Amino acid sequence: MLLFRDLSFRYKIPLRATVLVFVTASILTASLLLREYSDLRRDVLDSSARWSDVLSQTLVAPMLHDDVWRAFEILRAATSPGGGEQASAITLIDTRQRVYVSTDPERYPMLAPLHERGDAARELASLIDGALDASSRTVEIGDRLFVVTPIDADGVRLGHMILEHSGAFMRARFTGMWLSATAVTLLVIALILPVSWYWGHRMAEPLVRLADTIGRVGTTIPPPEAVRFYESKDEIGQVGEALARMFDELREKQALEREIVFSERLAAIGRLTGGIAHEINNPLGGMLNAIGTYRRHGATDPELAARTMSLLERGLVQVRDTVSALLVEAKAPSHPLRPHDIEDVHILLKPEAAKRGAELHWHSALPGELPLPATLVRQVLINLVLNALHAVEPGGTVACEIGVGTGVLSLVVRNDGQHIEEGRLPYLFEPFVSGARGGHGLGLWITYQIVHELEGHISVQSEPGMTVFAVNLPLKIELELEDAS
Amino acid sequence: MDRRETLRRLGAGLAFSVTNPGGAFAFVADEPVRVGLTPVFLDDQVSFLAAWRDYLAQSLGRPVEFMQRGSYREVVELLRQDKLHFAWVCGYPYVRARRWMNLLAVPVYRGEPLYQSYLIVPDRDTTTGSIFDLRDRIFAFSDPDSNSGYLYPYFQLVEAQASAATFFRRSFFTYAHKKVVEAVGLGIAQGGAVDGYVWDTLARTHPDLTARTRIVARSPKFGFPPFVASRAASPELIRQMQEVLCAMHEDRAGAGFLAQLNLDRFERGEPALYEGIAAMVRRVGELAD
Repeated sequence: MLLFRDLSFRYKIPLRATVLVFVTASILTASLLLREYSDLRRDVLDSSARWSDVLSQTLVAPMLHDDVWRAFEILRAATSPGGGEQASAITLIDTRQRVYVSTDPERYPMLAPLHERGDAARELASLIDGALDASSRTVEIGDRLFVVTPIDADGVRLGHMILEHSGAFMRARFTGMWLSATAVTLLVIALILPVSWYWGHRMAEPLVRLADTIGRVGTTIPPPEAVRFYESKDEIGQVGEALARMFDELREKQALEREIVFSERLAAIGRLTGGIAHEINNPLGGMLNAIGTYRRHGATDPELAARTMSLLERGLVQVRDTVSALLVEAKAPSHPLRPHDIEDVHILLKPEAAKRGAELHWHSALPGELPLPATLVRQVLINLVLNALHAVEPGGTVACEIGVGTGVLSLVVRNDGQHIEEGRLPYLFEPFVSGARGGHGLGLWITYQIVHELEGHISVQSEPGMTVFAVNLPLKIELELEDAS
Repeated sequence: MDRRETLRRLGAGLAFSVTNPGGAFAFVADEPVRVGLTPVFLDDQVSFLAAWRDYLAQSLGRPVEFMQRGSYREVVELLRQDKLHFAWVCGYPYVRARRWMNLLAVPVYRGEPLYQSYLIVPDRDTTTGSIFDLRDRIFAFSDPDSNSGYLYPYFQLVEAQASAATFFRRSFFTYAHKKVVEAVGLGIAQGGAVDGYVWDTLARTHPDLTARTRIVARSPKFGFPPFVASRAASPELIRQMQEVLCAMHEDRAGAGFLAQLNLDRFERGEPALYEGIAAMVRRVGELAD
């Protein structure tokens, strides 16, 4: 369910403005109507009283001459729709408080005593009884208004005229007023609404854009022109300015980071080339020495020649080893990984563990053949376990767990030897970064390259007493696997 | 009475000598023929009256003036004072003033020069069967000089030895048959006496009015309210007027007016037609004495 709270300001502000306009207009209309109603009531009473006075004058002659029909015709004309709708009924009362004639003969039949014609009539009768002055009186009984006017001729009372307004008459007038007032209010609302919607929109727009812009931060940093949307000193303007400043700073930070990464990469390349140069320089130096010795002490000494050749050969083999170690052939043909490949590694490493006096715990649980190149996985495993065996003290423990998770082959190798210092961790997988126990430092680099080639992931955790290497290799990769036969 | 009559004749002779200084029969060309109208018919149709007046003027070759008054009495008085040549009055005033009124023409209604008086009550009243059921009620008469709207019901009460003054709780005059129908229909009066011809005509033109009333009783037939001539009308004018009226049904325009009046035609008529009314007048006079 969409809550008002969650609505965009784009709608919220105009909606609030609408409600405000509506409430204001309604209150104004209601108060005006209330005033109008009391005015209307007073006007009706005033005009009725005046009109009654005039009407009573015209009734003097018919009453004096006892011309009932003439009197009735005057009353009927006065209550007809063309008579200004001044009254809903008019009744003449004679001096003996009997109905002389009425426009409503059913309620007020001729000659009927007035006080017998209902509660309102009884009240009117008592009012007429006490009335001695010549002015008309207004009385409200129930929802009806009555104007009672005496009919006097030359100081002699001929009777009374009772003018009756039904509640419906006032209601009809008021309804008419209410309808026109409502129409005007609706018209005003119709005129104001578009304006308020436009203003609301204008007010909400920068907020909406602000939210949009901020929402995009994270994936990108919006360009400066996207932030420049509101030139003002008000709160939104201030927020916009602050945001622009913040984005500038973010951009600077990003540039700085990029620079750092770049220089780190340069440093890594420097270290790599240094390592390669060193690894190649050492045998080269030896070989050049051997050649120099050979030149000085004559080519006649066949023993020296043989020794020199042997020396050169060893030196070149070392160089070749170094170079081939750098060229990791991920795409080398290989057969799929089978459980006994892992067992072979175990058997291969057992003697090394024994030599080191370390305990090797081996736990392998492979369901069967896996779509991974056996050679590379074995190399990764050998590298990691050899490193671990080198790391432990005599009597230490190396634990190896090989298992299949959801879509991955996981290799976990733990050792309780000396831990890797935190400072070395970032460079651990670079070549020629040798550990504390020597070595050319290519083992982990090769491991990393293989894992990377297989689109896997390698992680290391190291703390005093426990170092864990964990490798996850996805099983989805379709490699060029060597034919099983 | 004889003395008054003599005086009146004297006055009339005087008027004649003044209007005819030459003593000849020639009328002053512009002098209109003055015709008094009473509500013995629906005399409130102003445009119809104007057209009918023009028709009569054209037929007579002289201007015609219609004069209407609030009551029969006023018209009869104008007639008596020779201020009118002709008038359409009720049979009752004609009977009373036969000495100086000449019968000019009698309308023929539904094939005979006769009409009735209706006793009407509001349509809600389903029990009243005659005027005698209306004791102590409120009753509407049309005109004190009307046969159908006053004389006949009065005669009925007198015949029954009821005191006409106290029989009804209250009675009043509306001075028009149509208004009696209104008074009864609106419930102002609980009964009324009305010209049957007017009621029938109203039933055709204003059925909403008559629908609210119910006819309780119809009187015997009486002579239809006649056109009469005063002493102011010369024999020649009387003859002309008689010819015009009695020939109305023969031309299209005249027939149209007759149709609107809901009459068949006019005929000369005989004073004997009004014997019924005259008898009632005598009987009322005897009983009242």
